[in-house]
Amino acid sequence: MPMNIAEKILAAKSGKKFVEPGELIIADVDLVLANDITAPIAIREFKSSGATKVWDKTKIALVPDHFTPNKDIKSAEQAKILRDFAREQKLTHYYDQGEVGIEHALLPEKGVVVPGDLVIGADSHTCTYGALGAFATGVGSTDAAFAMMTGKAWFKVPTSIKFVYKGKLNKWVSSKDLILYTIGDIGVDGALYRAMEFTGPVIDKMSMDARLTMSNMAIEAGGKAGLMNPDETTMEYVKARAEHKWKVYTSDKDARYEKVIEYDCAKIEPVVSCPSLPENTKPVSKLGKVVIDQSVIGSCTNGRMEDLRITAKILKGRKVNSRVRCLIFPGTRDIYSQAMKEGLVEIFMKSGAVFSMPTCGPCLGGHMGILAKGEVAVSTTNRNFVGRMGSTESSVYLSSPAVAAASAVLGRIGTPEDL
Amino acid sequence: MKFTGKVWKFGNDVDTDLIIPARYLNTSDPAELAKHCMEDADITFAGKVGKGDIIVAGKNFGCGSSREHAPVAIKAAGVSCVIAKDFARIFYRNSFNIGLPIFESEEASAKIAEGDVVEIDADNGVIKNTTKNETYKVKAIPGFMQELVAAGGLIAYGKTKFKIK
Repeated sequence: MPMNIAEKILAAKSGKKFVEPGELIIADVDLVLANDITAPIAIREFKSSGATKVWDKTKIALVPDHFTPNKDIKSAEQAKILRDFAREQKLTHYYDQGEVGIEHALLPEKGVVVPGDLVIGADSHTCTYGALGAFATGVGSTDAAFAMMTGKAWFKVPTSIKFVYKGKLNKWVSSKDLILYTIGDIGVDGALYRAMEFTGPVIDKMSMDARLTMSNMAIEAGGKAGLMNPDETTMEYVKARAEHKWKVYTSDKDARYEKVIEYDCAKIEPVVSCPSLPENTKPVSKLGKVVIDQSVIGSCTNGRMEDLRITAKILKGRKVNSRVRCLIFPGTRDIYSQAMKEGLVEIFMKSGAVFSMPTCGPCLGGHMGILAKGEVAVSTTNRNFVGRMGSTESSVYLSSPAVAAASAVLGRIGTPEDL
Repeated sequence: MKFTGKVWKFGNDVDTDLIIPARYLNTSDPAELAKHCMEDADITFAGKVGKGDIIVAGKNFGCGSSREHAPVAIKAAGVSCVIAKDFARIFYRNSFNIGLPIFESEEASAKIAEGDVVEIDADNGVIKNTTKNETYKVKAIPGFMQELVAAGGLIAYGKTKFKIK
């Protein structure tokens, strides 16, 4: 029987030849991850269950990236729970301050996740790894605790929606524009409980950085996973860093999908998602004048090398508008170093932008860039819910790095064409 | 399982940032989280919600983050159960895992108003609105989820099925 990539991975990991949508399975996971917000509850559940040893100390990643460097005493206590547990259990994938990066930028970069893996993470953006051809999905802390104890997780095999991206990309249209456009089309629950599969000639030509951005936001359409079929680009990326053996699964030509949705990318302009849902997508050209107070470039969505390069290209020789705070957050330390080597940091500093260490802080209104009442931000992050980046009376427009960088200079939302 | 309570009504796409804003996620203490339950949707909620009250909402309740703090905050605030048209996937899973009863009913979600008193008969899949004298059907809970509930949550279930070190 033909299967798609999601079904193939779930079948393999549950020891079956074939699975079908709706089927409940218990599967073996290749990696469990949690961060400084979700791991403390998982560790508490683990301990209160009476368990004393994790199932496999090499397959649990603890990444304290949300409120680190510790923003206050309470978050320092949370981070310490991870540190103590990692030491006690001798976890091999615990990343303290000198190594840490934003989890979904860090783990692919370090080759901790590879094609064919089944990953659960107590973080909703775990779906990012779908870009590598892994089945990766967000769960809560109790699911993470259960997997830390048993190496297993339960899944309902999802139905899949196939997205086909065709046509020539317009200038300044990035993978971020494509995913915001897609969410705008199908809605924030358009892929609820479904696996999204991103395909087509436009995806085939995309870099790994760009692909990770798209899979990252599958959850913003309610998706369980956001998969791509591994190809040469994937292999080139993986071979340079894989920590363990990979296995390539690809969808059969006659695999089943609940729906197939095709987009002609030539019709897609640079877009933003207006407050306060990611589905409120509008072309920048039809937005009117939106004056901004802050521009945030970074996060697990858009904090990779390619994102910083395009930001630098736009900021080079220009000044951030005096009314705007422009905050740039690289995803990982390696990206930070590379940005220094390429002279990007110099460009950011000269432009008047702030260049920070990797942290999730501003994306979720945690720290390092909170908005006051009435303030407006354009941001390359993934959510624009009410109060997401600070005051419930502030607002967030989601965009690509190109739009965020251009807007930082303009003092209002615009594209690089407006400069 | 039966629940009776007064309803607090919310709209569509209530996200986890509304249920428990990230600025309070520097703790995982349920009592502390309960103080800020639904704060960014209704700042007065934690002060007025009573033990056993019921939240009724529209579609896609609990969308956004994977934070288990969201169902934990609702449960710790004294809410007995949540009824919605449907739930975001991770919130759905988390609720069963931590023992917050949730029910899907399109009809109940549309017809119940704030302040109504409703009775939920979980075993028979029926919601009775005693204020309006109406009854609504609840979508059946999958067998596996019922097993989880019966075992006392995911961890307890796991301990009966797998070897734990």
